[in-house]
Amino acid sequence: MKPEFAIHTEHLGRIYKVRGNRREKRQLKERVALRDVNLQVPRGEFFGLLGPNGAGKTSLIKILVTLLAPTTGRALVAGHDVAKYPQSVRPLINMVSGGESSGYGLLTVRENLWLFAQFYGMDYRTTRTRIDELLEIVGLKDRANTKTSDLSTGLRQKMNIVRGFLTDPHVIFLDEPTLGLDVGASRDVRQFIRNWAAAKPERTVLLTTHYMAEADELCDRVAIINAGKVLDCDSPANLKRRLQREAIFHLEVSPLNGVVHGFEHLPGVRKFVHTPGDGKSELELILESDDAIGGVINTLTTHRARILNLQKREPTLEDVFVDLVGMSLAEAEKNG
Amino acid sequence: MDRGWRLFLRTIVARAYPRVVGQQRQRTWIFFETFLPFVAVSAYVFVYRALNAPADYIGFVVMGGAMTAFWLNIIWSMSAQMYWEKDNGNLALYIMAPNSLMAILLGMAIGGMFATSLRAAVILILGTWVFQVPFVVSSPAQLFAVFLLTMTALYGMGMLFASLFLLFGRDVWQMNTMLQEPVYFLSGFYFPVKSFGFAVALAASIVPMTLGMDAMRQLTFSSGPSIGFLRVRVEIAVLAVLSIVFITAAKYWLDRMERLAIQEGTLTDRRR
Repeated sequence: MKPEFAIHTEHLGRIYKVRGNRREKRQLKERVALRDVNLQVPRGEFFGLLGPNGAGKTSLIKILVTLLAPTTGRALVAGHDVAKYPQSVRPLINMVSGGESSGYGLLTVRENLWLFAQFYGMDYRTTRTRIDELLEIVGLKDRANTKTSDLSTGLRQKMNIVRGFLTDPHVIFLDEPTLGLDVGASRDVRQFIRNWAAAKPERTVLLTTHYMAEADELCDRVAIINAGKVLDCDSPANLKRRLQREAIFHLEVSPLNGVVHGFEHLPGVRKFVHTPGDGKSELELILESDDAIGGVINTLTTHRARILNLQKREPTLEDVFVDLVGMSLAEAEKNG
Repeated sequence: MDRGWRLFLRTIVARAYPRVVGQQRQRTWIFFETFLPFVAVSAYVFVYRALNAPADYIGFVVMGGAMTAFWLNIIWSMSAQMYWEKDNGNLALYIMAPNSLMAILLGMAIGGMFATSLRAAVILILGTWVFQVPFVVSSPAQLFAVFLLTMTALYGMGMLFASLFLLFGRDVWQMNTMLQEPVYFLSGFYFPVKSFGFAVALAASIVPMTLGMDAMRQLTFSSGPSIGFLRVRVEIAVLAVLSIVFITAAKYWLDRMERLAIQEGTLTDRRR
């Protein structure tokens, strides 16, 4: 019987021991990458992990693909414990990471793909057929005999995508697969992944990304992760719906200085993010109701800030993140 | 999909492929790996000629020059290889695939051995032709056995180094440089190792090239047996033992490295 969950984690934690600075060379410091992560991803789901760089997404993926041992708790993939039975998990999974430079530059695209298929024991005929099909789909067929070292970053990432899907895994792990790609290449990659997942209902995808729109567009459910902790997990629509009671405003104003701190105490202001820009400041505001915008405008006017643009808009996953973490994704990345 | 020994064999063939085919595509090897060693060989030949050394010594140098290709392959393309594989992200893909890492190492070794044999053969043929080396093969069967065992032990050592050198990180480059010249000297690439005396020659025998070349010299030159360090049969036995020891140790360290990689999370991460 096939397991109900493609991925199942219970109280999963991971602590890294890292060396201190020169003075503390002998002392090992502990850095918590994951704490008490409990996730259930049913078979056939397109699941997203959304969080800033350093949130713990890659650590979680590494545990699930058997590259890293958990410090606490356990993780099951396709019903097998990843730490105890990695050999049972490995034939059923594959992974593609963004900015990957795997393979050998002197080999052609087709040769590199054949090489990695062999590590999974794929026979010649199946390998050839799948390589042809997948290269056709991602638009790389005419480059099949090009040396990998001669490919652009986008084309190389398309080859990596084909490498990951070539083995027809039960569960595919995509770690920032569109990282560093231009808009067109990212769109092609997203389209390919979506079609692949839709082709067979039991295929499961776990995608990590810090592109909110990507998660919103692709995922059935999203877990928002920050500082190693899963803060919330639901469908993008449900996550955003929780914010629909609030009013979300985007303001562009003349550069703000000290006034930024004043917003914290205004009645009705739940969360705000200030992004200083070139000759202007941008404010994202989550308010308890539309009425609270009056107080914000009064404060801005008192401090002689000119309002250049004011928009009320529908909540996005970015707003959900701000609501849960208290800062924007960019700020979270800056704070490490 | 294949499992067990069929997957093991597929992995060996696949990993040998970039060595056998890929490396031939980089035409610079003809200059760097045959012409440059040939220049070094020529220098020694002229020194021996100036000293009126016996003709066999010219042959020792040509044979040594051909064998340097294997030692260079061991330190730069075997020992350092796993580190490069880690750096470009291949190591993580190797570990998370259902194949055996030992098959990856064997594929690297067999592919490297094949590609390097081509380079060594070019140096040997060129040197023999240019310097008119007088080869007298006393036992082709023993010569074949010695060569095969030398390669097995040598590449077993390379596989062991490949696992161990993962620990050195970026220092692997210095480590290789440190190993290159001293081994040329201690293994007697250009002269009989017997001239070191018993103790030093014995210590140098830990590198399979030492006894391998000594035995090959004894089997291919008329003066060979008189300058041999140990009897050929003894050297064959020691090479067989070294083969087993190095391959077993390579397997042990590889398993240990994989466990360490998974526990510490340091060996598959390019940022660490």
